[in-house]
Amino acid sequence: MLWSLSWKNVWRNKLRSIVVIIAVTLGVFAAVFILAFMNGMVDDRIQTVIRTEISHIQIHEPGFQENNDFSLRIKNADSIVRVVSQTNHVAAVCKRIVISSLVASAETNTGVKIMGIVPEAERTITNISAKMIEGTYFGNNLKNSVVIGQKLAEKLKVALHKKVIITLQDINLNITSGAFRVVGIYETDNNMYDESTLFVRYNDLCLLTGMNNTEAHEIAIMLDKDENSESVKQVMTNEFKRLEVQYWMELSPEAGYLVSSMGQYMAIFILIILLALCFGIINTMLMVVLERVKELGMLMAVGMSKPRVFFMIMLETVYLTITGGFIGLVTGYLISKHLERVGLDLYFWKEAYESIGYSSLIYPKIDLRMVAITALMVILTGIFSAIYPALKALRFNPSEATRTE
Amino acid sequence: MKIIEIKGVTKTYDLKTMPVHALNGIDLTFQEGEFASIVGPSGSGKTTLLNIIGGLDDPTDGVAIIDDVDLTSLSGSNKTLFRMRNIGFVFQSFNLIPVLTVAENIEFIMQLQGISKEIREKRTNELIEAVGLADKRNSRPNKLSGGQQQRVAVARALASKPKFILADEPTANLDSKSAENLLDIMGKLNKEENITFIFSTHDIRVMNKARRIITIEDGRVIEDHIKH
Repeated sequence: MLWSLSWKNVWRNKLRSIVVIIAVTLGVFAAVFILAFMNGMVDDRIQTVIRTEISHIQIHEPGFQENNDFSLRIKNADSIVRVVSQTNHVAAVCKRIVISSLVASAETNTGVKIMGIVPEAERTITNISAKMIEGTYFGNNLKNSVVIGQKLAEKLKVALHKKVIITLQDINLNITSGAFRVVGIYETDNNMYDESTLFVRYNDLCLLTGMNNTEAHEIAIMLDKDENSESVKQVMTNEFKRLEVQYWMELSPEAGYLVSSMGQYMAIFILIILLALCFGIINTMLMVVLERVKELGMLMAVGMSKPRVFFMIMLETVYLTITGGFIGLVTGYLISKHLERVGLDLYFWKEAYESIGYSSLIYPKIDLRMVAITALMVILTGIFSAIYPALKALRFNPSEATRTE
Repeated sequence: MKIIEIKGVTKTYDLKTMPVHALNGIDLTFQEGEFASIVGPSGSGKTTLLNIIGGLDDPTDGVAIIDDVDLTSLSGSNKTLFRMRNIGFVFQSFNLIPVLTVAENIEFIMQLQGISKEIREKRTNELIEAVGLADKRNSRPNKLSGGQQQRVAVARALASKPKFILADEPTANLDSKSAENLLDIMGKLNKEENITFIFSTHDIRVMNKARRIITIEDGRVIEDHIKH
């Protein structure tokens, strides 16, 4: 009885109820959509960090990460690669030479990080090969080929097939240089990475520096799933006790911070939306109660108990909240799901996004757990918001209330 | 059979400026089947007395005994329960629930009482017939005239089969024809079903129909006249 009466009461002032429902709908939609948007943005950044820049796990000589010291080389890199490739959850593994050096064109020069890679192996780790905008990813077998980022090409004012001079330190600590021809230009979503990282063949770099071709500075490992990073890292740490094994959150602390802080930002954002909803609902329900003093007095006079009056007002509030919340959740979910497939292209902020390492094409990411939590929070907000107006209704004296004009 | 006994009832409101004595020692009894009217000028204490008989207000002193139960001894929730089971109310401004139909308004108290659907429907149909609103059973209150709304209020008050009905100025908002019609219906129910009605009123038409007139002034009964 109270359920149907409360539902009818909700529609006694249609305009007001519709306004409240729209407000709740917009609030919940915004909450769901922003959650999905932020989640997608963070996930995209993490995937960029893992699949373009770092991989899941890296192995170095202790101390190499701090100062990129050329002499801190893993001597038996090939045998480590073999062991790693047979470990559970490992999808791919490759060795790299990493050297901080100077690259110069006819126009200018700049400091860069040179990655000496085995292109065939590297393809299975990072996705730079899929981000070529000009030329190929070491498609020909030309000696001394280099693949550079678009931003670096702009900075050096070099084009495809032009030469650059790479100057670096060899194993005898002498300065040495080599001329490399640009065979490919890539572009990722991270301008800073594009401007500071270039790729040459592992063997070319060995020849230039005099390194033994079983050595490497870095062993990069790709796993079957992101979630296995910590457990596999532990296995590697036990296996290679002398070496430093780190997973992506340790290798890219800002990505780790992003993951841990995003939850807090989202919670604060949701809290603000729910607080706004809460005050809006309290205001509306107080109006509802004060408009119905006489009727509520009558109900109490004819024998409706206080708990029932309280429950009726609570139900009306919850109905309003649930109706708006349901519409907001469904539209938020459907729109986010659609954008999860097609992406949301914020091309007008492309430069700004890419300058901080984010793609301007964002794929919101939503899951049902997120929707369920939001739904629960909206219902709890509705219940919480109803308490004060419902208590207010209980304070009426039926004999006075029935005579109110 | 005595169903209401008021003994030494006083009611004092403590207003900020000074105490107001609304009732000054009222002693009254009502028998089953009475059709009584409490009359008096505004501020004489009619409504206060009705509220105390109906358990909506507590006396400052004295007792109100309904069917051997002292209302003043009941807790708030028990008093609410007692009202629901024993007392019917008709208000001056009808106070129907606007979102419910005529039938639903009448059925409402029976639902509160937890009466089964079958019995509720049967009783509702009887009452709708009794107040002459069979053709309006599915209408909302805003589609009814004032007289029709008050007839629904009477039917609602009767729905729970109360021991008596308290009607506070039931004809005050009605035109002459509607008032006459309402009084005829209540008179008929009183005679045929022996339902006790107690009114507070200024309306001469109600006084003419009543078989007992209790006149109150300054919170005291100054006349208690039973017509023969």
